[in-house]
Amino acid sequence: MTAPASAPNSPTTTDKDPYLRVNDLRVQFPTEDGVVKAVDGVSFSVERGKTLGIVGESGSGKSVTSLTIMGLHNTKRARISGEILVGGRNVVGMTEEQTRRLRGRDMAMIFQDPLSALHPYYKVGAQIAEAYKVHHPNASKAEAKKRAVDMLGRVGIPQPARRADSYPHEFSGGMRQRAMIAMALVNDPDLLIADEPTTALDVTVQAQILDLLEDLQREFNSAIIMITHDLGVVAQVADEVLVMYGGRAVEFGTVEQVMRRPQHPYTWGLLASVPSLHGDSDADLVPIKGNPPSLINLPTGCAFHPRCRYAGRNGDRSFTEVPELHQVLERGHLVACHLSEADRTKFYAEDIAPSAGVAQ
Amino acid sequence: MVRFITRRVLVGVATIIAISIIVFGLFFAVPSSPAKVMCGKNCDPASIAAVETRLGLREPIVEQYTSFMKGVFVGRTYAPGTAFERQCDAPCLGYSFRNDEPVTAILKRTVPVTISIVVGAAILWLLIGVSLGMISALRRGTLFDKIAIGISLTGASMQVFFFGLILLYGLVYATGWLDFPSYTPFTENPLKWAQGLILPWVTLGFLNSAIYARLSRAQMLETLSEDYVRTARAKGLPLGRVYTKHALRAAITPIVTIAGLDIGASLGGTFITETIFGLRGLGKETVEAVNFLNLPIVVATVLLAAVFIVVANLIVDLLYAVIDPRVRLS
Amino acid sequence: MTETLVQEPGTEPVKPSRPSGEPLLVVDELTKHFPVRSGMFGKTGLVRAVDGVSFSVQPGETLGLVGESGCGKTTTGRMLVRLLEPTSGKITFEGKDISHAKGAGLRQLRQDMQIIFQDPYASLNPRHTVGRIVAMPLQVNGINPPGGVKKRVQELLELVGLNPEHYNRYPHEFSGGQRQRIGVARALALKPKIIVADEPVSALDVSIQAQVINLLRGLQRDLDLAFVFIAHDLAVVRHFCQRIGVMYLGKLVEIGDRNSIYERPAHPYTRALLSAVPDVTKMGASGRIRLEGDVPTPLNPPSGCRFRTRCWKAQEICATQEPPLTIKPNGTTAACHFPEEGAIK
Repeated sequence: MTAPASAPNSPTTTDKDPYLRVNDLRVQFPTEDGVVKAVDGVSFSVERGKTLGIVGESGSGKSVTSLTIMGLHNTKRARISGEILVGGRNVVGMTEEQTRRLRGRDMAMIFQDPLSALHPYYKVGAQIAEAYKVHHPNASKAEAKKRAVDMLGRVGIPQPARRADSYPHEFSGGMRQRAMIAMALVNDPDLLIADEPTTALDVTVQAQILDLLEDLQREFNSAIIMITHDLGVVAQVADEVLVMYGGRAVEFGTVEQVMRRPQHPYTWGLLASVPSLHGDSDADLVPIKGNPPSLINLPTGCAFHPRCRYAGRNGDRSFTEVPELHQVLERGHLVACHLSEADRTKFYAEDIAPSAGVAQ
Repeated sequence: MVRFITRRVLVGVATIIAISIIVFGLFFAVPSSPAKVMCGKNCDPASIAAVETRLGLREPIVEQYTSFMKGVFVGRTYAPGTAFERQCDAPCLGYSFRNDEPVTAILKRTVPVTISIVVGAAILWLLIGVSLGMISALRRGTLFDKIAIGISLTGASMQVFFFGLILLYGLVYATGWLDFPSYTPFTENPLKWAQGLILPWVTLGFLNSAIYARLSRAQMLETLSEDYVRTARAKGLPLGRVYTKHALRAAITPIVTIAGLDIGASLGGTFITETIFGLRGLGKETVEAVNFLNLPIVVATVLLAAVFIVVANLIVDLLYAVIDPRVRLS
Repeated sequence: MTETLVQEPGTEPVKPSRPSGEPLLVVDELTKHFPVRSGMFGKTGLVRAVDGVSFSVQPGETLGLVGESGCGKTTTGRMLVRLLEPTSGKITFEGKDISHAKGAGLRQLRQDMQIIFQDPYASLNPRHTVGRIVAMPLQVNGINPPGGVKKRVQELLELVGLNPEHYNRYPHEFSGGQRQRIGVARALALKPKIIVADEPVSALDVSIQAQVINLLRGLQRDLDLAFVFIAHDLAVVRHFCQRIGVMYLGKLVEIGDRNSIYERPAHPYTRALLSAVPDVTKMGASGRIRLEGDVPTPLNPPSGCRFRTRCWKAQEICATQEPPLTIKPNGTTAACHFPEEGAIK
């Protein structure tokens, strides 16, 4: 388990090298209204066989991060700096052709809405076979087709040989997402990025898909990045959690650390504002005041300060100085916040720990 | 599939019958009598009556309509039992009020002209317009795109009579590079056929290219932002394959629809083009017939135009089902 | 059939109007079938979107309708406010049959019953100022409140936590959560007695969701509004509703007060649904009920109990006999031949 390399107190990598390592990634889009700083200095890493959950609201930069790793941004329109090491190769600065060879083979992605992510005009089996064939140019058509049917069977689609000849619109929502997963895994990638893979699905189907991803991860031993706004999903599937706000990482740690002993006021706010199936249902939720910031005009200092209950507890640093990730409490638990250790411990014990949202 | 076609053909036939009734009724509602128009200024009631008998205009309107329809399918006999009796074989569309020429003969002469103009121009505008639009979309924001947008905006805001006259002046009158357009049947001399039609093709083709370029560009841009195009890239497909196999096929679908209907409607007559270039096509014939209250020709051309549109619709629907599997023909 | 209220003393702040008074809204065997054509010349199928649903809402009560997509909850909501005509069944509002109300009757109904939609942006006219949007129901119904329309609109904006000075702004100048507040202000303009809220927070960011839920809870308490709250998110419903109805494939399969539904549901489907929700307080996926497959098509629902094709307790009788809604030992009213007993875990 590793921490962002750029963080001052990050523990060093021990046993295995992570498959994906992102260092100080910045992604900016110049627009007519100004420069959108979609990702602003984010670092993290994921090992094979592990799942990193990236949590954040809309505009937090979580989806831009994933598309950048895949090299799916138009390099003419996006300004990208930093390092993205996929199996040791830096994707930033690669040509389109070089990233293309990695896409679908070494790293694959599944998207939020499987109906719009699958091409409506082509049969499901053909779309999966195409993904196989592009990275196996010597494979025959029949081999690619057979591989597609195999994959459909492995993701739990009944009668895969027959269903391979169906069109996406003939599948149910859950089956479509299974087909997307089959397509993503057809070349046995080492890194799988799942961008809100269950948000468009019903809750019982979501449970099936999350289980499936977990089973497949055990089988394929790939590194998974699970991008979601749903803290429940993260709690269930992630090994490590990265919380993003305004294009920056604000908290990082193991799922136990972030979900059970969160240390950043934004994470506190998220947990307190999520309705839960447990705890006092008559108590009011504690929302975070205000709205997520504009990425063109980020607040100065800590981007979260206009919504933070504790801004200003440490002089005016929150308003002037961008906080860096640093270790708190335990090894590997990183937080970008100006609160002093004593204050944070106190607020956590008094305000946060007793409330319903935080896991006990 | 077969059932779909049957149903659509039946609906089409019903549409055409409805149109024929409306056209027939409308023209008989016109106050001035075609017989009067035909027999000229100094006309006595007796010769009017004679004309009316000969053309079968004395019968009640419903009977006139049924004998007209009978004529189309099995042929009919005009003014039976009188001195004017004559046989008109199926498909009988009647005789021109103006010079007694059979309407079918007029159509045989004019329809090929219009078809030649439209087909040639359509090939031009589909090839040029659609590829220009697609390339523009793929190179959005580049100089190529900006020039293409500029040209197509100019083209889309121009009119046939304006652009056609400019071409005529520049290429025929001022320089003499081209002959004045004329129509030679394709079967007679394909080269002359093409030479004589170049100007109308370029005129119609350019103006419609402009519209189709804008349409294709918009469609392609929309398609490029679709999730499934992103998926295709995420699979690692080369950009060429992403564009042709995944984006183009989806972007082209709505263009097929519009092109089909455009071509169908144009076949009903391209009056302005025909007039400017002095070609006797269906459009020119129809407008003249309307001016002269030449009922048989008007009814025939309107019905023919309706047939073209109905057929174009059917073809578009079939093509649609071939392109998009979500469209089921039922 | 109308289900019986199971009142548990001490579980909730009991409202005076709730237990004994006339129900505000009674829905009886409400049904909506959408015909679909398949094949040529006839052979029409029926999508049984809602198939005989009955429940009632007391004045000031919040009833939640939950279920997965295609369960008929949204169609039910649309029928309640008469945006859709019921195929059969009866809707009674304050003792009057409104199932097929038209003209003046419908206009009166629209004053007492309002709807809030999921997508706060699509449901607001982008060319109208907020003032005009909120004033619209007043004008349409020819109501001139004391102090004038503008004053009333500003009161409403203040009530939903918006700055009344923003009267002249357009919807695009507001964030998603604020737009939903505008929708709420518009719904409140006519002082309705009941609001049908169709997924009012599911398009919003997590931190904003809580703001809107709290706003609705506050309004419900202060104005003694009744709510039919339609949502797929069981945790949200738990925080808002006193009573919850669970729907599956056009049927109400279980209904009961909040604590019974969430702590000891009788219907296996309710248990599966609750078990599938990833919860922030639970790590990992242990002890979850896995449902196989997808929801069957409402074009051709399973015979007998509609849930039987995915139910682990299904037996022969489930295929032949549709279970009626009856009061189960745990306190809820459920439609199941083999109800679960006892608390969850």
